[in-house]
Amino acid sequence: MNPVAMHIANGIVDARVSAAFAVVSLVALGFCVMRGRLDLDDRLAPMAGLVAAFIFAVQMLNFQVLPGVSGHLLGGALAAVLVGPWVGALCVATVLIVQCLLFADGGLTALGLNIFNMALLGTAVGYLVAVAILRLLPKVSVAVFVASVVSVVVASQGFVLEYALGGTTDLDLGTVAGAMAGVHILIGIGEGLIAATTVATVAKVRPDLVYALRRTTRAAQPQEVPA
Amino acid sequence: MGAGHAHPLHLDHDSPLHRLPPEVKIAATLLFTIIVVITPREHFRAFLAYAVLVAAVAAIARVRPGWLARRATIELPFVLLALWLPFAGQGERITWLGLSLSVDGLYGAWNIAAKGTLGVLASLLLAATTSMRDLIIGLDRLRVPSVFTQIATFMLRYLDILADDARRMRIARLSRGYDQRFLWQVKAFAVGVGALFLRAFERGERVYLAMRSRGYTGRLPRTGASPSATASQWAMSAMFPLVAAGVAVLV
Repeated sequence: MNPVAMHIANGIVDARVSAAFAVVSLVALGFCVMRGRLDLDDRLAPMAGLVAAFIFAVQMLNFQVLPGVSGHLLGGALAAVLVGPWVGALCVATVLIVQCLLFADGGLTALGLNIFNMALLGTAVGYLVAVAILRLLPKVSVAVFVASVVSVVVASQGFVLEYALGGTTDLDLGTVAGAMAGVHILIGIGEGLIAATTVATVAKVRPDLVYALRRTTRAAQPQEVPA
Repeated sequence: MGAGHAHPLHLDHDSPLHRLPPEVKIAATLLFTIIVVITPREHFRAFLAYAVLVAAVAAIARVRPGWLARRATIELPFVLLALWLPFAGQGERITWLGLSLSVDGLYGAWNIAAKGTLGVLASLLLAATTSMRDLIIGLDRLRVPSVFTQIATFMLRYLDILADDARRMRIARLSRGYDQRFLWQVKAFAVGVGALFLRAFERGERVYLAMRSRGYTGRLPRTGASPSATASQWAMSAMFPLVAAGVAVLV
């Protein structure tokens, strides 16, 4: 195994902005914990763990986009569709915390920045896009694919915003934004294909497990049979 | 939990650092990293002192420098970014060996390389001396909401299930004539990913319900784990960030 860090490391964004984003992420995650507790029932608790493990595994897949520039799957849209936006954000955040502490991937002081981009921004955008498409067109795989692409690109622009606010070096922001978007559109397509096949299979066999479909489908209920 | 719950960065030997309770190690690593990051980048001597401090802790933990150096290559992408900064940076420029370099970019490169490396080394020392189970217990004792520790516990259990199931399914595909070079067979792989997810879920659901029926309420039982940190253990590991803070103020 040859893991390569792609989360923001220590010292890329200055301490003031890092601290501000840490506070924002902490407050938002606190809110997710409150809402997530209501969602976390006997079916969702193991599902949340599995989604986190799945994201953990796919984040290890690095796409070599250009020499020296690579990116990995984020999994925000997948998490949001399967376990809902609140628990989904908690899943991605858990993955990021464990990766930071056990695999030295992503700086400890940049954790707020990474959580903001991938756990909050990526999950929220992924969920909103997926739900909006599902309203118009009841096709899960299409919705998940588009949601993945959009959420990955938006999450990558979160880094550009953070860099604009507190980058430790003056760089041309247009170049940074363009490079990040270009790389992450390709990543988003790869991620969209993986996420769409996964969710489509789950939706076919156990639609009751897909959070985004809860409003339209019901789990099989035991039926009264006259004796 | 069996041996399967070790993680690749954990070094399984005994040292004073391995014996420390996980919560104090997490707190010390966090404080040290914060001190490193808020140190102004012009204070070169402070960074040298931090490096000496990390080396001392590594010696106490009996982690070999070669192991640390090899694992620290994880931050290579950021070193490449750092190398690019002096050329791309804006503002005042100097000429060195015929290269036009931005002064701000040079400082930026140094900043990322120094702070990134020190942060990675500190995290590596934490990972090398703490098992996954201890880390979750440590987070739990640091009052991290149980939703997080619950998700993390299941995540670590599922990682093994996923890896094992993936291996079994791969062998099944290969023995039925699958070849990953044949692109038209990609559908078998894609369907396999979804099936893997479902199989792992259904196994995990059974495990979860079994745990529930045996009294699991969202927290791991405390048996077999190291006892909570004593005041002297807190004081001992507080030395790591305190010395760093002292250096930052004095140098």
